[in-house]
Amino acid sequence: MSAREYRTVASARGGLLVVKQVPRVAFGDRVMIRDHRGRQRNGQVIRTSRSEALILVFEGTDDLDLETTWVRFMDEPLEISLSPELLGRVFNGIGEPRDDRPPIVSNVRRSVSGSAINPAARTYPREFIQTGISTIDGLNALVRGQKLPIFSGSGLPHNRLAAQIVRQARLMDEESGFSVVFAALGVSYSDARFFEEDFASSGVLGNVVMYINLADDPPVERLALPRVALTAAEYLAFDMDRHVLVVMTDMTNYAEALREVSTAKGDVPSRKGYPGYLYSDLAEIYERSGRIRDRHGSITLVPVVTMPSDDITHPIPDLTGYITEGQIVLSRELHNQGVYPPIHILPSLSRLMKDGIGKDDTREDHPRVASQLYALYARAQEARNLASIIGAEELSERDRRYLAFADAFDRQFVSQGEDEDRSIIETLNLAWELLSRFPNDALSRVSETDIAKYHHSGKK
Amino acid sequence: MSTNPRSGTIQEINGPIVTIQLPGARNGEQVKIGELGLVGEVIALDGEEAIVQAYESTEGLRPGEPAEGLGWPLSVELGPGLLGGIFDGIQRPLEQIFLRAGDHIPRGLTLPSLDRERSWHFVPDPELEIGAELVTGMRLGTVQETDTIEHRILVPPDRFGDLLELAPEGEYRLEQPIGRVRTPDGRTRKLKLYHRWPVRTPRPFRRRDHGIAPLITGQRILDTFFPLMKGSKGAIPGPFGAGKTMVQQQIARWSNADIVVYVGCGERGNELVDVLESFPKLQDPYTGRNLMERTLLVANTSNMPVVAREASVYVGLTIAEYYRDQGYDVLVLADSTSRWAEALREVSGRLGQMPVEEGYPAYLASRLAAVYERAGRVETGGCGNGSVTLVGAVSPPGGDFSEPVTAHTKEIIQTFWALSKDLADARHYPAVDWVGSFSEHVHTAAEWWHREVDRDWENKRGSALALLARDAELSRIVNLVGPEALSSAQRWELEGAALIKEGVLQQSALDPVDSFASPEKQFLLLNLMLTIYHKGAELIELGVPVQELMTLPMLTRARRAKQTYNSRQTDKLREMLEEIVLEFEQVRLEYAKFEEHAR
Ligand SMILES: Nc1ncnc2c1ncn2[C@@H]1O[C@H](COP(=O)(O)OP(=O)(O)OP(=O)(O)O)[C@@H](O)[C@H]1O
Ligand SMILES: [Mg+2]
Repeated sequence: MSAREYRTVASARGGLLVVKQVPRVAFGDRVMIRDHRGRQRNGQVIRTSRSEALILVFEGTDDLDLETTWVRFMDEPLEISLSPELLGRVFNGIGEPRDDRPPIVSNVRRSVSGSAINPAARTYPREFIQTGISTIDGLNALVRGQKLPIFSGSGLPHNRLAAQIVRQARLMDEESGFSVVFAALGVSYSDARFFEEDFASSGVLGNVVMYINLADDPPVERLALPRVALTAAEYLAFDMDRHVLVVMTDMTNYAEALREVSTAKGDVPSRKGYPGYLYSDLAEIYERSGRIRDRHGSITLVPVVTMPSDDITHPIPDLTGYITEGQIVLSRELHNQGVYPPIHILPSLSRLMKDGIGKDDTREDHPRVASQLYALYARAQEARNLASIIGAEELSERDRRYLAFADAFDRQFVSQGEDEDRSIIETLNLAWELLSRFPNDALSRVSETDIAKYHHSGKK
Repeated sequence: MSTNPRSGTIQEINGPIVTIQLPGARNGEQVKIGELGLVGEVIALDGEEAIVQAYESTEGLRPGEPAEGLGWPLSVELGPGLLGGIFDGIQRPLEQIFLRAGDHIPRGLTLPSLDRERSWHFVPDPELEIGAELVTGMRLGTVQETDTIEHRILVPPDRFGDLLELAPEGEYRLEQPIGRVRTPDGRTRKLKLYHRWPVRTPRPFRRRDHGIAPLITGQRILDTFFPLMKGSKGAIPGPFGAGKTMVQQQIARWSNADIVVYVGCGERGNELVDVLESFPKLQDPYTGRNLMERTLLVANTSNMPVVAREASVYVGLTIAEYYRDQGYDVLVLADSTSRWAEALREVSGRLGQMPVEEGYPAYLASRLAAVYERAGRVETGGCGNGSVTLVGAVSPPGGDFSEPVTAHTKEIIQTFWALSKDLADARHYPAVDWVGSFSEHVHTAAEWWHREVDRDWENKRGSALALLARDAELSRIVNLVGPEALSSAQRWELEGAALIKEGVLQQSALDPVDSFASPEKQFLLLNLMLTIYHKGAELIELGVPVQELMTLPMLTRARRAKQTYNSRQTDKLREMLEEIVLEFEQVRLEYAKFEEHAR
């Protein structure tokens, strides 16, 4: 069947077109739309029956009329072309060049919706990635193939942190770093520019492919963008054997776009107007990361999610947390105290850390040191709360020690320079410096051997 | 419900919901959809049109393509070869699919769930004679499925009657008949090593029975504080990252169930891989064999089609009932029942059904209850008692336990292990909140503990909970007026509660020594902490300063006891208790001397 054109648009609103008298259009197929000025838009069939089709228009339905709009059914799914030439290029949300260079030509074309990885085809991610950031490497380690989002708030330095991770991430014993897929969703021009310059100045630009949808670009295009970016990532990882780091910022804008369209479609809303399928929809995206049996490459995913009103229980971060393998949470309070990166360790978590650290991966004391720091810091938060009620002077001596520990922890361990790339050994040594403020018997989560070896009281 | 295939035509495709012109279709019927032959199920009828939910992605499907009603409901294959396997939400064998089709799951691929090529060594039941009257669930013979599990070949629910022929001992493949039966309708039917059963119909049994023993999970906060009986229902609600999956995996690893069915329902692919990769390397503490020999996985990960997610729970339960009917204690872990409920919501929304709360349909509560109702301890047709224990994780949005799925679940289950974000944030694992959790079976479980472990179990459990309650009360006071307001005795209470928390409740799944704790170890640790507390309280009454006690090195030793001694070293824990009692005696004597001196 060849492409067919229709001029039977019956309605156009909220990014959706209803086209009548179009039998046998395939669900999910790509559509081209020509408006009254002859300009082209792109769409996808999201409902189809014997008499009409519902079309999602990536560039939106603004300025369309019913009389002169032409719709052309392309008779193929939404696909992109894939080749190693992707690296170094910049595209929009549906994979069209944004860098004034020609489109990618290749006979490898793939549908962007992807299909689920067979769980039996996966292998468990367990290779420690050193990001050079103590709160991540020491306490919430990232491993190759993990999906670990940054939960942030507006105005917090999540983009600087993401850029630092991109610059510094590497395996301890490997020279070659990551290929980067960068996805910008609804971000400002200056934020996109920041990343581009950062990639350029660190000399990785040739190893990066960017998919950009700016704040003033059509929101509906954001629905396709992560899928397009991950299709490229899958190609680089599983066809080209590369280790791919995917950074997506800001996935909150993706979820907003989804809400917009689902409302227009009349889907039953669940919490805060987001559709009930937001969870599955996000999972389809995030589960594309991972490691696969007998494949050399991998996809590690670091999405940025800004929490509306800094609320971690808001449906977007909440559902994300239910899908991803942990989260790095930024705190406005730490940021206001001038701490960079303002990572709040208590709500932060890396679920895959357990298999990526320890004797053969980082150092034997690592798991216990992390657990001990957490226990002390959690205890110290109680002391902080108490101090804020009754005043620090009223605290017991024990509590004052916890308080001092927490302050030192924020200043020395959490806080570090944007260019400071700490090795995991440096991070662990720093941890012991802090642990050594406590007598041995206050440290029940580390072993006696650890204490003998690393506690400063034990060292002469 | 077995008629000939009927053909139809696709009318409309709306995501996973496909409308098909299919006269004579029946609700629940399986349908092959489109040229790709996708699998689906009729969920509603409207005139000549069947509303069908597709278990596979409908991308590329067109109106006008053919479809076929298959005449039977969603069913599973039950027979040897299930254990150790991983199946998708409609029981397709994922390992075979990987070998056949590579990394991604192709659409429209049909492979038998159970391996047809493999032969099994069948031993007919020596007591059965030709002409015997077969009743449903009676044992025809056995097959050694794994080294630990003897698979009992049963008379299928629809094949009872007179035994005409039974095969001699030997090697048989699944499709080879092992016997023939004349059913009451006069027909002669073949018996095979496997049969099929529709997943939405509970398997029959003789009668329900009550639970008599707790499921021992090796987790102190569960077994000692909030026990779950074999054959009953439990839930683990908690916000993301609180440890629902970890707790379920710990139970899957260490519990004394015979068979474990782990249903990954709308959760992460890597979590299933974790089980697949780690279980074969782990030893069952009861049989010493590798854990995968008694485990099977049903996986509908969060990126797989939503509709098959709803089915996956029924698939898991049906397989569990099948092993129950063989006389086994089966444990079903469903992670997460919230994703199952969301799949219901998704479909009901697409059907335009009226939502009642947070988008959920009115039948949420009754469906949920019906699912949990499939748990139970029963008297089987021919293999004595068997049980299905069901433990569901619940993932409340925003961690809010008042949302519909958590609230309804709470009404249904008997054991509620509530996970707390605060505990998880402080890395207090398992983050089971002792205030919000409950078990309705403490007294029944006590009979077992008193008989098998120690007569003082229920008392000690009560004292520990009382101490924890005091701790919460005192902490509130401290937060209002500061620690100075507390008496020495009260400060020692706080210390006692801390010992219970660190020395008993906290139990790292990652610590090889403490990951599993036998009931005896559980009790000894509890007793140790309580003894320290009581002895200390006595001394404080005598006037010993609390500061003196807080710095005793034995406290650190006691806190570390759980990771120092494993479940086989309970004698060491007993020794430790004696030493500690002596140490306290020492302190008492010294203090008495000091007092004397002062006078
Ligand atoms: N008993 C435990 N021992 C040690 N660590 C634990 C334990 N329970 C939980 N954790 C830690 O908490 C992390 C999160 O646990 P888990 O994945 O079970 O959470 P969850 O409640 O299932 O979250 P979600 O709803 O997002 O699936 C684990 O990766 C592990 O690091
Ligand atoms: Mg989980």
